[in-house]
Amino acid sequence: MSGGTSNFQSNSRVVNWIEHRLPIFSFLDSQLHQYPTPKNLNYFWNFGSLAGIVLVIMIVSGITLAMSYTPHTDLAFNSVERIMRDVNSGWLIRYIHMNGASMFFIVVYIHIFRGLYYGSYKAPREILWMIGIFILLAMMATAFMGYVLPWGQMSFWGATVITNLFSAIPLVGDYIVQLLWGGFVVDNPTLNRFFSLHYLLPFVIVGLVFLHLWALHMHHSNNPTGVEIKDEKQDTIPFHPYYTIKDMYGLGIMLIFFAFFIFFAPNYFGHPDNYIMADPLVTPPHIVPEWYFLPFYAILRAFTSDYWVYQIISLGGTLMSAKLAGVIAMFASILVLLLLPWLDRSRVRSAKYRPLYRFFFWVFAIDCVILGWVGGLPPEGVLVTIGQWSTFWYFFHIIIIVPVVGILERPKPLPDSIAASVTSAPQAAE
Amino acid sequence: MSETASGSAEIDEQTRRDFLIWSTVAVGAVGTALAVWPFIDQMNPAADTLALASTEVDISQIEVGQSITVIWRGKPVFIRHRTQEEINAAESVDLADLPDPQTDDARVQKPEWLIMVGVCTHLGCIPLGQKSGDPKGDFGGWFCPCHGSHYDTSGRIRKGPAPNNLPVPGYEFTSDSTVLIG
Repeated sequence: MSGGTSNFQSNSRVVNWIEHRLPIFSFLDSQLHQYPTPKNLNYFWNFGSLAGIVLVIMIVSGITLAMSYTPHTDLAFNSVERIMRDVNSGWLIRYIHMNGASMFFIVVYIHIFRGLYYGSYKAPREILWMIGIFILLAMMATAFMGYVLPWGQMSFWGATVITNLFSAIPLVGDYIVQLLWGGFVVDNPTLNRFFSLHYLLPFVIVGLVFLHLWALHMHHSNNPTGVEIKDEKQDTIPFHPYYTIKDMYGLGIMLIFFAFFIFFAPNYFGHPDNYIMADPLVTPPHIVPEWYFLPFYAILRAFTSDYWVYQIISLGGTLMSAKLAGVIAMFASILVLLLLPWLDRSRVRSAKYRPLYRFFFWVFAIDCVILGWVGGLPPEGVLVTIGQWSTFWYFFHIIIIVPVVGILERPKPLPDSIAASVTSAPQAAE
Repeated sequence: MSETASGSAEIDEQTRRDFLIWSTVAVGAVGTALAVWPFIDQMNPAADTLALASTEVDISQIEVGQSITVIWRGKPVFIRHRTQEEINAAESVDLADLPDPQTDDARVQKPEWLIMVGVCTHLGCIPLGQKSGDPKGDFGGWFCPCHGSHYDTSGRIRKGPAPNNLPVPGYEFTSDSTVLIG
């Protein structure tokens, strides 16, 4: 990792002996202590480190849950109930893990929207951004498979609906679904492999996080002005103690929020149906995914055979079925974010200096909330229309509005440097 | 002279080296693919899963207008003793009205017995309509509550997001009162 000022010195002979063979002390010193960080970061920059801490909480609580969990269709549901009733502190660990998943997505979604608002995805941070999207995808796969493990009704039917998405693929779809299931329905082989992969993927995420941080430390954090660091002495402060203490403070606030759900509303994010053991012969009347999937679920369901967007992209229904179009759109809604660094033509990063983009950013944020709201309700009446127009706007924003605004907009003048933006602001106010 | 000789020798050596590199890469790639295959194939249905035998069902107790659900390969199979009105409704449909055109004739062996896999072809939910109090959709057959697909009295998709009719499994009537599915 570059950018580290490594003037590490130690008087300890042990430290120096190790340092000579494995320069880990100077590495940590340059990356976590001296590491120059823009001096003007606001609290939205807390969410990256928060996400890292929630990942650790999830891994620790997950490993301990696995010590009492049995991945078998006959035993899984009861083993989870045993964790809740008989295992010492089992209820606490499970509620931490359940609500931790929601906290992880809350923190990561804020982190992503921070990046969208302040243009953190722009050169030279494109790969940093793309690794982040891959982390999001890995998180979604992990969360989906984890939700299947308690083997409740929502576990079973969520797994059935989501794995059936792949049957939309022409020709090989049914074989892929059979490969995923290891049978002809979601059953014991499916539960076993989901457990195996649910245990593996968090460590893949850890690896991706390491790459994410490596790419971050190449060019350092973006900041609210979007102006690059010009003079390390003027524009930055060392990461420790300034940002370690700020991150600790933010962590305290988040843990209070987290603990509220663990202790006072542990099932707020869940579904009562998942406390009924999976029954392959009875579908619950209303299947809904977890809240963090709802916007994507709304996009999936928006594609009915009479949806005008579907009619256009399928050339009047000839190219593909509405089901396949919905599946493609759902995956595309995330994958299209990989192209964002090239779709955005504006050289100015921060929305602070981009009035037009700022307006559309907030419209987009509201659009995502509407998609989430529609995704949680049955697809009836006017909700179908709202879901379809919100789906249209989601893609229209990213593919059309972002590039066009980048070309047409006249940004406000940027400050000369980070330091100038900090020191001149109070004077201007006086 | 010597320069030319060494030049051509270099070219010779390069093509020979290229050949070695590419053949090594090709053998390596095929070998890797062969080695990876068992690790993917282990996810396919195992021998005991495939061996799940066919299911024999006694249908003598099913009255006209009644349905039962039996399990075959872990999936629900709907067996319906259809009424004459249902048969007439199923047979009189214009094929042009169907998203997945199929005559009722092609879906049954005996018109009074409709036997099909009760898994919605959209995303795999179990349609309602087996019990007398269930919603049966706009066409008097089955209705999938998940995303609103309507099936008619022949189990054909009529309205909603599902692309296909409810599939008919292989079956045979072993006697007047028993049917062997699978």
